[in-house]
Amino acid sequence: MYDKSQGVNYLNCERGFWSWFGTLDHKRLGLMYMWSVMGAMLVGGLFAMAMRLELFAPGEQYVNAEQFNQLFTLHGAIMVFLVIIPGVPAGLGNFALPLMLGAKDVAFPKLNRFSYHLWVIGALFFVGVLVTTGLDTGWTFYAPYSTLHSQTAVVWATFGAFVLGFSSIFTGINFIATIHKMRPPGMTWFKVPLFCWGLYATAIMQILATPVLGITLLLVGVERMLGVGIFNPDLGGDPVLFQHLFWFYSHPAVYIMVLPPLGIISELIATYSRKHIYGYRFIAMSSVAIALVSFIVWGHHMFTSGQSPLTSIVFSAITFFVAIPSAIKVFNWVATLYKGSIVLKAPMIYALSVIWLFGIGGMTGLWLTTLEQDIHLHDTYFVVAHFHFVMVGTAIFAMLGGMHHWWPKMFGRMYPEKLAQISSTLTFVGFNLTFLPQFVAGTQGMPRRYFDYAPRFEIYNQISSVGAAFIGISMFMTLWYLLWAIKKGKPAPANPWGAVTLDWQMPPIPDPHNFKDAPVVGDPYDMDLFVWSEDEGGYVPRNPVPGNPYQALPRSAIEEGTSSA
Amino acid sequence: MMEVNTQSPTSSQADDHGHSKHLAHHFDDVHQQFDTGKFGMWMFLLTEVMFFAGLFVLYAVYRSNHPEAWQFAAQFLDTKWGAINTVVLLVSSFTVAWAVRNAQLGETRKMLINLVITLLCAGGFMVIKYIEYSHKVHVGLVFPQLEHSLFNPNITAEASAKLAAYEQGEVFHQIEALSAAERNWVGKFFSIYFCLTGLHGFHVLAGMVVLSWLILRGMRGDFGPDNFNAIDFGALYWHIVDLVWIFLFPLLYLIN
Amino acid sequence: MSGEHHEGSGVSHVQSVKVLAIVLGALLVLTWLTYVTGSANLHGWDLSIAMLIATVKASLVCLFFMHLKYDRPLHGTVFLVAVLFVGVFLAYVVGDSLEYQHYFDQHIEDHVK
Repeated sequence: MYDKSQGVNYLNCERGFWSWFGTLDHKRLGLMYMWSVMGAMLVGGLFAMAMRLELFAPGEQYVNAEQFNQLFTLHGAIMVFLVIIPGVPAGLGNFALPLMLGAKDVAFPKLNRFSYHLWVIGALFFVGVLVTTGLDTGWTFYAPYSTLHSQTAVVWATFGAFVLGFSSIFTGINFIATIHKMRPPGMTWFKVPLFCWGLYATAIMQILATPVLGITLLLVGVERMLGVGIFNPDLGGDPVLFQHLFWFYSHPAVYIMVLPPLGIISELIATYSRKHIYGYRFIAMSSVAIALVSFIVWGHHMFTSGQSPLTSIVFSAITFFVAIPSAIKVFNWVATLYKGSIVLKAPMIYALSVIWLFGIGGMTGLWLTTLEQDIHLHDTYFVVAHFHFVMVGTAIFAMLGGMHHWWPKMFGRMYPEKLAQISSTLTFVGFNLTFLPQFVAGTQGMPRRYFDYAPRFEIYNQISSVGAAFIGISMFMTLWYLLWAIKKGKPAPANPWGAVTLDWQMPPIPDPHNFKDAPVVGDPYDMDLFVWSEDEGGYVPRNPVPGNPYQALPRSAIEEGTSSA
Repeated sequence: MMEVNTQSPTSSQADDHGHSKHLAHHFDDVHQQFDTGKFGMWMFLLTEVMFFAGLFVLYAVYRSNHPEAWQFAAQFLDTKWGAINTVVLLVSSFTVAWAVRNAQLGETRKMLINLVITLLCAGGFMVIKYIEYSHKVHVGLVFPQLEHSLFNPNITAEASAKLAAYEQGEVFHQIEALSAAERNWVGKFFSIYFCLTGLHGFHVLAGMVVLSWLILRGMRGDFGPDNFNAIDFGALYWHIVDLVWIFLFPLLYLIN
Repeated sequence: MSGEHHEGSGVSHVQSVKVLAIVLGALLVLTWLTYVTGSANLHGWDLSIAMLIATVKASLVCLFFMHLKYDRPLHGTVFLVAVLFVGVFLAYVVGDSLEYQHYFDQHIEDHVK
């Protein structure tokens, strides 16, 4: 039925370094982002492993206090700025967004390439920091420590983060313009796949909030170099203002990190339950609602930092509202699972993990929102565990799930399913082992960001370190078999999962220009449009569009046909 | 082909491939391309507004907490220069808006004249800024941790004497008469003054690069009724530079 | 081509020189007005009046020089969203800082000579 010969596709259409580094193709840019992000993640992950090794026992083992400060700072800064923020939107988003929308490319391909180059420049600044003095301010660069006292390369790091911020802004502009203007005829707003809705909500935050981070980090740099005194209390400057400016960005940034991954989860849950997503409009709108509410809750990071009690109460009260749209998502996923034909492929294991992990991460967020409770839990391991459940347990898990899901579309090869199932389960177990004990240690008062701790916390830290080893092993395993699959994996069918979004209604490896003609658009979650075919080893359209064996005729078109006949 | 060039002034040189054809492959028609580009440009303007927002917040906080110090500090700014610069930028906004009209109607010569006037205004603005800045630097109304700053709590005797000698030490003595805390608040005004006008001045410089690039391309005959996107988007950027200054002028120079 | 663009979105409206000149005139008059009111004693209203005039000037630039009056409503919305978020940001931070300022001033008094 399908033409199995390897025709021209986006991977083999051009060769050589510049055909990649100078490309305008969103798919190639997406892959380069993905590899770059994975490189950064390797570095950030090794720092995490080093910390867990040190914390296996109380007292100084392998690193001293200063080195430990460097480890947690660089782990945080790299994971936030270089991995999670660009990982899903710029990596998977770049690859999948135009395909899912049925567009030929993003709205501004040159700007897209420029974003990637900015990412590389920003990363080089971080490399500069790594090979020189390191960084010990924490990823938050709090003044006045960062402006007056730190002896490390703060200016380099803030400038790197500034450049990365612009990379993120341009991606945001690009995605909003793409979703607004590049949809093919027939794709109305409520036929846009949910991953794209997540990207859209994130892009709104990227363009509104990131510039504020830019100016804040510039001020830190100017303060260090020229002594503006704006955040220096000795000169009448107010360091609390730094936190206001910083969290005005960095709180929305949490949702920048998490909304596109939640969008991926919506795709995965529907696809691997073989069922129409439940509550499509609620999920779509909850993303936008989270994006908007995220701008008026930043003060909940500052309950103990000198912010006035009145403001703290207001921020605490508003923060509870974030729980509503977040819970709407989870309820709808669970409702989708109900009576679905669940297929436990690796992406689904990740997706189900996320329901559990995001549930815990979200619920513990409510504890921290509660003002008086946060006074007790602030800067303890409870907070560390909470945001790792959200940023790793949700964002990174969904990214891994998404990578497995789209791997066949990216490279035209299947990853080894058994290994993937084992390693995803191992990651899930390892993650819970690592971070659940930290909640307990935190409630008992173990403070974060120290290389040492009281002996009574030893058991929690040992479980945690063992769990971290699990994650480390399964991550290396994942990396290894994914790389193996690119060369040696079983050739992938056009639609191995039976997903209905437009990215699966095309040849196994996309054409350089995605779609030759504007695709026929239907309901993106109408799972009945595809049926399993033993010959293909994948799903095929029940009623293909004439002249295009990959495209399924949407239900509306079929009904029209039968009624006229 | 145009969309990236005007998104960001910093990318303008690298991405200029000229334009043998006006329509990029991924758009259906020129109209969609123009529409998308313009939407992107407006989003870029939004990020510019947010970029300045942080500094405006700092301004509002320090001014609302110490209004008397700001009133005192603002007298050291020369309202005359501020007003002249306002007029200069308004005129440049007018000429660049006219240039867009010229481009739309295909009046290349008039368009180039208008763009050159805009560029000259931008240059004039920077010259006046330079005059103002250098005066502030000479009298010592600069960042508090610089060596020759009136607000430096650990100022050396040598630097102090030098500042006292400049222009009969008029400014020096007025600042000297303040208490340490008052001096800090007044110093905040100048810190924020330099940050705000410095960031704005940087945008003027970037605008000058964009304008020069538009003039060069205009001389090459690139623009006409069916291809004026770059002029339109460049003009939008230039207007936002003007808009920021419309607020900066009363906020910095006219505190009474 | 500019004529053809008129129908449909109207994104490329051609502004007449007359309107541009009138707007420039209005902007210059308003600048003079803000200069005059800025140097008069207005009993605490000076900031409000200056901001009002600046907002009128900014609106003129947006509506006529930047073509927002004739443009897609989407573009104006984008711009207004920015203004709205700046407002929220400003209100929160200034409000908070006024609340805690007395602690902060105390610190300065105790620690800065």
